[in-house]
Amino acid sequence: MDYSLYPLGENAIIIELGNELNLLTHQKVQAISSFLENHSFHWMVEYIPAFSTVTIFYNPLKIMNNLKGELPNQFVCNELHEALSDLPVNQHTETRIVEIPVCYGEQFGPDLESVAKLNGLTADEVVQIHSSAEYTVYMIGFAPGFPYLGGMSEEIAAPRLPSPRLKIPERTVGIAGKQTGIYPISTPGGWNLIGRTPVELFQPNAETPSLLRAGDKIRFKPISYQEYIEWGGQEG
Amino acid sequence: MITIKKPGLLTTIQDLGRYGFQKYGVVVGGAMDTVAHRISNLLVGNEENAPTLEITLMGPHIEFHEDTLLSICGGDLSPSINGEPVSMWKTIYVKKGSELRFGAAKGGCRVNLGVAGGLAVPSVMESKSTYLKAGIGGFNGGAIKQGDKISTDSISGVAQHMMGQLKKDMRNQTFVEAEWSIASELIPAFKNDQVIRVMKGRHYSLFSTSSQNAFFSSCFDVSAQSDRMGYRLKGVPLSLAQPIDMLSEAVSFGTIQVPSDGNPIILLADRQTTGGYPKIGQVAAVDLPLLAQAKPGDTIRFTEITHEEAQILLLQKERKIQLLKKAIELKLNEGE
Repeated sequence: MDYSLYPLGENAIIIELGNELNLLTHQKVQAISSFLENHSFHWMVEYIPAFSTVTIFYNPLKIMNNLKGELPNQFVCNELHEALSDLPVNQHTETRIVEIPVCYGEQFGPDLESVAKLNGLTADEVVQIHSSAEYTVYMIGFAPGFPYLGGMSEEIAAPRLPSPRLKIPERTVGIAGKQTGIYPISTPGGWNLIGRTPVELFQPNAETPSLLRAGDKIRFKPISYQEYIEWGGQEG
Repeated sequence: MITIKKPGLLTTIQDLGRYGFQKYGVVVGGAMDTVAHRISNLLVGNEENAPTLEITLMGPHIEFHEDTLLSICGGDLSPSINGEPVSMWKTIYVKKGSELRFGAAKGGCRVNLGVAGGLAVPSVMESKSTYLKAGIGGFNGGAIKQGDKISTDSISGVAQHMMGQLKKDMRNQTFVEAEWSIASELIPAFKNDQVIRVMKGRHYSLFSTSSQNAFFSSCFDVSAQSDRMGYRLKGVPLSLAQPIDMLSEAVSFGTIQVPSDGNPIILLADRQTTGGYPKIGQVAAVDLPLLAQAKPGDTIRFTEITHEEAQILLLQKERKIQLLKKAIELKLNEGE
């Protein structure tokens, strides 16, 4: 596999796998993530997969006594070269498909109509297009459990609001430019809001605090207000 | 147990951070001045990661409900016990009913208060650090408030031993300080106009030549929009030689990124896990404790250090902290 290593201070190394966002780069990110998930190094603290990089955090104190003249960064680079140079890109990793129920429109999606009008569609058509695609979770970042998703149709793209809302409720589904996403926690933001899911994306006390992880595929499933309440979603 | 009589400006429980969950977007958090945090624990016989109180600029008033050990490390916020000034960077035996207060900020802005046993709060995602924005960790997920009563965990054998030795020196006082202190080279000197050593960041070469020069030669003000997440700096605006599209990637404690307005942001303990702005520099780990003591209104400047030098300095400092641990064990054995 082709990659470059860059230091990020004295306790992290960025593995760069490309400089643009595409599926091949994403596959490489997934191959390395899955390798690190199954082969931990004693000096490794954790890793962060992103669009075109995987960053490895290490503890120089755990390396201090293994050094033979080299510095900790060199030690880690050597071990990474040994592990990664022969790593196949197409390591088959099991892909999870996660279905996210969404109650579109009405009080949960105040911007659904304007997204439709902007694109010369009806609100139902926007819902149909949004919920028929399969999306890739490229990375989790920005906020706990927030997925950066790829795969939205440009037919329903819509620019950010000129002035952001002060508060977007948690679990709201939105569109910003060519991207769609879900806010796990309440936060200010300029996205067009089209619906809300009753499913929690971030649960700090669960064993895995984030519902989604990089590499997942997701689909949105339209549900009625009645179903939203039955799922345990809150009103309003 | 301790009772908070007055909370101070921003007092939170912190440990060394929440690791292993950044891939889910969960921030690391933890103590801003990790060296002050670690030493404050070692001085009271705790593990380095035990939760301490991180105190900011205007300190709290704290009552101690049993005889215990404490240590005050970091910036000088004029600490006193029952009205008498008390030393920093020392082990202190304090009697039940005593009250610790803080006064003027004479140097720096953050203190870590170590208490024997560590503060007893539940772990959330394997850490006891308070993450204010998500309302998790620490004492009920937030800053310490007036009237909060916080228990401590049971004290270590080391702490018991230290208490026994200090008690012998106690006459009618309500507290007594250990005679020995830590090596002065481990105690940073905080001052305004601090020079901070910085490695070139991964996007340094993408900045214009004049911005590269300005970064290492001019002064930057720490603005009022600075907090545990990051310091927003004001100075000569920095710009890229030509605009580029960047993909978000991981950032770290001390990463200096430059958004399009040209004002650099230094990312600190409560930083987001990833960022999409170009990285002009990375603060050397050995200087992070100095940086953590800078407060809004202070100025700082950057001087270049190579990645190799920064690593060597870090290893040297860690060896000194290991020596300190050994020295504390020896002190105890002397008393046998």
